[in-house]
Amino acid sequence: MNPELLIKNGHVIDPANRINRICDVLIADEKFVEVGRVKKPVSNTLDATGKLVVPGLIDIHVHFREPGDEEEETIASGSAAAVAAGFTSVVCMPNTTPPIENETDVEYVHRKARKARLTHVYTMGAITKGRAGVELAEMGFMSQAGAVGFTDDGDGVQDPSVMLRALKYAQMFNTVIAQHCQDDKIAGPGVMNSGYYSTILGLPGLDPLAEEAMLWRDIQLLKKIKPGTARYHVQHISTAGSVELIRAAKKQGLPITCEATPHHLLLTEKCCAEYDTNYKVNPPLRTEKDIESLKEAIADGIIDALVTDHAPHLQSEKELEFLAAPFGIASLECSLGLYVKALIEPGILDWPGLIRLLTEKPAKIIGVNKGSMTKGKQADVTIIDPEAEYKIDVRKFRSKSRNCPYNGWLVKGRVEKTIVGGEIRFSAED
Amino acid sequence: MAHKTKEFKWEKKHLLGLRELSPDEISYILDTAAGFEQISARAVKKTPPLRGKLVVNLFFEDSTRTRNSFALAASRLSADVVEFTKNDSSVSKGETLLDTARNLEAMGIDIVVIRHGAGGAPKLLSKYINACVVNAGDGYCEHPTQGLLDVYTIRKLRGSLKGLKIAIVGDITHSRVARSDMWAMTKLGAKVTFVGPPTLLPPNVEQLPVKVSYSLDDVIEKVDVINMLRIQFERIGGNPFPSVREYSHYFGLTGERMKKAKPDILVMHPGPINRGLEIESEVADGRNSVILQQVSNGIAVRMAVLFLVNQAAAQQVKQIKET
Repeated sequence: MNPELLIKNGHVIDPANRINRICDVLIADEKFVEVGRVKKPVSNTLDATGKLVVPGLIDIHVHFREPGDEEEETIASGSAAAVAAGFTSVVCMPNTTPPIENETDVEYVHRKARKARLTHVYTMGAITKGRAGVELAEMGFMSQAGAVGFTDDGDGVQDPSVMLRALKYAQMFNTVIAQHCQDDKIAGPGVMNSGYYSTILGLPGLDPLAEEAMLWRDIQLLKKIKPGTARYHVQHISTAGSVELIRAAKKQGLPITCEATPHHLLLTEKCCAEYDTNYKVNPPLRTEKDIESLKEAIADGIIDALVTDHAPHLQSEKELEFLAAPFGIASLECSLGLYVKALIEPGILDWPGLIRLLTEKPAKIIGVNKGSMTKGKQADVTIIDPEAEYKIDVRKFRSKSRNCPYNGWLVKGRVEKTIVGGEIRFSAED
Repeated sequence: MAHKTKEFKWEKKHLLGLRELSPDEISYILDTAAGFEQISARAVKKTPPLRGKLVVNLFFEDSTRTRNSFALAASRLSADVVEFTKNDSSVSKGETLLDTARNLEAMGIDIVVIRHGAGGAPKLLSKYINACVVNAGDGYCEHPTQGLLDVYTIRKLRGSLKGLKIAIVGDITHSRVARSDMWAMTKLGAKVTFVGPPTLLPPNVEQLPVKVSYSLDDVIEKVDVINMLRIQFERIGGNPFPSVREYSHYFGLTGERMKKAKPDILVMHPGPINRGLEIESEVADGRNSVILQQVSNGIAVRMAVLFLVNQAAAQQVKQIKET
């Protein structure tokens, strides 16, 4: 039996339970026992005066590269980065080598995560075998093994009949089908947003339409799905057009959710002007207008989750021509500060609003019993100093990779402690 | 050499593109080239400024004209030239571009002339190696020495580019020549129109400092210079126009169409020519054609570029030593 842990006097924000006040959190047996004023003395007490005490943060879109690309990241190194960033749960994408496409693969991820013993690591499974977009993978067995959804992320499912089949089949398992919306025919060989900058840089462009065309198609398919049986989630939306499509689909009551990344809220295509491959990401960095639209969607509650799409790559891979370098930004470890900069500082969200998109709502998307401090739930807690300012230093990352364009940025909002299942798994130095 | 641009100091040790050059810098290169042009006319076609210097022609794409032109330019300046041709566009496999360049640098090169299929490849090199980098064409980003020799040719024949109307016709999307020409010509005061089918015009073309037309017939009578681009079948995916026949019908420079042009129009082409496709032989070889003059002028322009980047590099070394 685990000893009790009392977090005293913090500013507790638990959006799911509408808690937003100074109080205490008592944990015992790895579970929440009480959120309120705790009078009894507990030997194991943390003073959280001046700090935010929130449900453990959840990132439902990370790439930990294992199996296959362990030189870029492992489940252990990714987990270390996650807890340092306040994440008590993450969802790995299945585009590993080989992909996560059967129950053994799912169990492999879980086994590696247990061994690392830092954060809860979930995984999605591939929608199709080999992520080839042709035949459905064994969604049933993977669901039983604990896969929290399905995606061919890295690619969109191109064939509409396959996508329709996936959505229909998923109805048996009350799960989520997540899509990386990209019509490959429209996307062509594009490596950055299609526009003025791609033209003057002489690089093939990725037209916003590639994302929007597939999203529009999927929304039509979704109308074939019985309410309450399967859900559709749009990964890393990047364009104003996508926001409008999702806004309209939600208005119609379709079971659709979506997520946004920090880079699509903070960076534009202009960042690619010097061919710095740390800005090469898919979907690509768009325009100011798209950023405005995404922020508006967040303020309106159209966007359901914030995710990093943490995509680690070796420096040697990123030191290639812009055309040849892989897509991806590794930002898990500095993400909280980025969300603060993108959303709290300009007044788009307040802290409870931000925490909701990092806890309650993503937990709901993947259907796990997390994201709140409800009595009896496993005690995952993140303690944040909202005023602490720090400079992002990629050299200090626990992640194996350094492909992060935010190096040197000054951000606010530092993770002080990360508690997973009642156990302190990360404490900030000093 | 007599430089027209007085008290101007060239300070760039790389020539990566014309977008980043000022009108003065472009004019200075052209003035320097004018001095070198005379050398090519001499019986002894050599001058010593790059003696003992090593120039590498690092070509990852097919090229005959540009590669030979750079080789000739370097040898006329008395440099040693090493040819490094790697017709391998699979850039993600094998040795990386940076490793190739670092290896060459370890062999003591002074100037890398690079042609590469990826836009930005010369920029990447310039960030990591000490040698001077000269862009000989990167993807469909820029081909600065082609842009320079085009404006050099026009300036030589017309005195100035100020106010001239110039049409650039064809596959604009995949043309590095169109981009370098656009930057150089507009910076020197010309008015440029891109002419081509909408399927061969790049995204957000309206944000570029040019006019756009889908009709060569509308444009031809108004322009002083027309530059016919080669259809780059190797870069075009899909089929942006239904047939070569139909393309030629709308965008080919035919003898018939030339009848509508100003009598002294300059007809240019960066080569190699697809005779009968974008330009008819009678026009390519006709009295308005300056296509072969472009080739000759290319050597002088490339001599100027090699000379200037080397000089800037030497000055930078000198400054470092002094401080």
